[in-house]
Amino acid sequence: MRDVAVVASAHSAVSATTDTPIELLIPVINEALANAGLERREVDFWCHGSCDYLVGQPFSFVSAVDALGAWPPIVESHVEMDGAWALYEAWIKIQTGEADTALVFGNGKSSVADMFRVMALQLDPYVEAPLGTDQIALAGLQARMALDAGVITERDMAEVAARSRRDALANPVALVSGEVSVDDLLAADKVRDPLRAHDIPAMGDGVTAVVIAAGDRARSLASRPAWIRAIDHRIDAQRIGGRDLIGVPSAVAAAERCGVGGDRIDVAEIHAPFTHEELLVGRALGIDAATTRINPSGGALVSNVLMAAGLARIARAAETVLDGTADRVIGHATQGPCLQQNLVCVMEGA
Amino acid sequence: MSNEAEDVLRIRTPIGVDYAWSAGRRSSAYLNGLLEGRLIGKRCPSCTRVYFPPRNGNCPMCGVLLVDDDVEVGPNGTVTTFCVVNVPFLGQKITPPYVAATILLDGADIGMQHLLQEVDAADVRMGMRVEPVWAPREDWGPTMENITHFRPSGEPDVDFTDYAGQL
Repeated sequence: MRDVAVVASAHSAVSATTDTPIELLIPVINEALANAGLERREVDFWCHGSCDYLVGQPFSFVSAVDALGAWPPIVESHVEMDGAWALYEAWIKIQTGEADTALVFGNGKSSVADMFRVMALQLDPYVEAPLGTDQIALAGLQARMALDAGVITERDMAEVAARSRRDALANPVALVSGEVSVDDLLAADKVRDPLRAHDIPAMGDGVTAVVIAAGDRARSLASRPAWIRAIDHRIDAQRIGGRDLIGVPSAVAAAERCGVGGDRIDVAEIHAPFTHEELLVGRALGIDAATTRINPSGGALVSNVLMAAGLARIARAAETVLDGTADRVIGHATQGPCLQQNLVCVMEGA
Repeated sequence: MSNEAEDVLRIRTPIGVDYAWSAGRRSSAYLNGLLEGRLIGKRCPSCTRVYFPPRNGNCPMCGVLLVDDDVEVGPNGTVTTFCVVNVPFLGQKITPPYVAATILLDGADIGMQHLLQEVDAADVRMGMRVEPVWAPREDWGPTMENITHFRPSGEPDVDFTDYAGQL
């Protein structure tokens, strides 16, 4: 295995913009490259995560190549997934020896449609999608199961929201932030029982871009690279009713494959657009909130840029290694309805 | 069994999603220009090429954003290449034969496709100079359909070497 590390990243997020996806991509890609001190021509491999369904344009990812300056020709690829899975592909590309550096990016414009409705279209088209449900209702079902099972409480969920919003005060691309008391949050009406507004993510338009590099190349680009020690992704059955929604087995499996339980975890960035998801994933990964700092960026709850928010979790975790505040961290990403697919990336400073 | 159910071989599950697509600032300048009968392109700050239309707002060669300043192009242009459509197809609006041409508007660095009419298809040639024919002003919208077609302008042909770099 080649040693591969995250060496730089950049993010953007706004509630809504009329800029095109390309107009959003270019400044963030430039910022990530500048943060790494890398020229465009030095990028061996470009890998992109996005979803045409969310954009409402077939093959929209093809035009994203226009943002990269593809002349003379470049080596690039795309996954119809969150950018975290693009990072996985780029990591494999570097493992093959065909690349030493890669720029990975994920982007989404949540403002172009009712994304909670669009996201529900990934359900099985014969039985579940025709029900006309949306992502919030599905999340509510999962939260209800966990609440009734006594695994989490509504207060736990509100505490996730309060902590996330407080942490978001230090995050310049957070879309909601502030000091709020758990009691005040719990006093609010429910939007979709059992979910209150604070349990539901703030949707954003934006981009996350990450530069990864191998071995000495990484050492030349960052004084303290975030070395990817393990990365794995697993998937549960598609049918909502056909899997363990509380135990999240695919997250458990990915964490085991990554050896998450082997040592202390300083920071865990968990991709959890809904508050109960952070609690369920935390359980599945075996994260101890007493010793692990969870979502210091505020997480996807305060800035949910679809197809970028998972990659952003890896980037945010890596940033705590890059700036020297953490030694061993986890970036987690999820896709599919109700935590169907889960990716775990363990990074270390040494 | 007396009540044997038949297999379901087909179901209908209509799904609709509405999207609010935005053209972006630079493409909007192009579309708004068409409302006024102006042809607005944008220049790449890196390679200085002028894109018309300035699609996605960037230079795909350089991967940089186009500058905000408008660059008015045309209205006349040069046929850089063309195709004579002889085959009828479903939904065809014009009776064949007709000519679909790539037209390099004056001042632009990338050709655009449009109809070439008021000329016999056999007389169309690379380097031919053409001018736009506009629809009645009351029919204009933010669309290239404001120009119904191009036709020969009568100007002398352009030498191939003058547009070889923009093919």
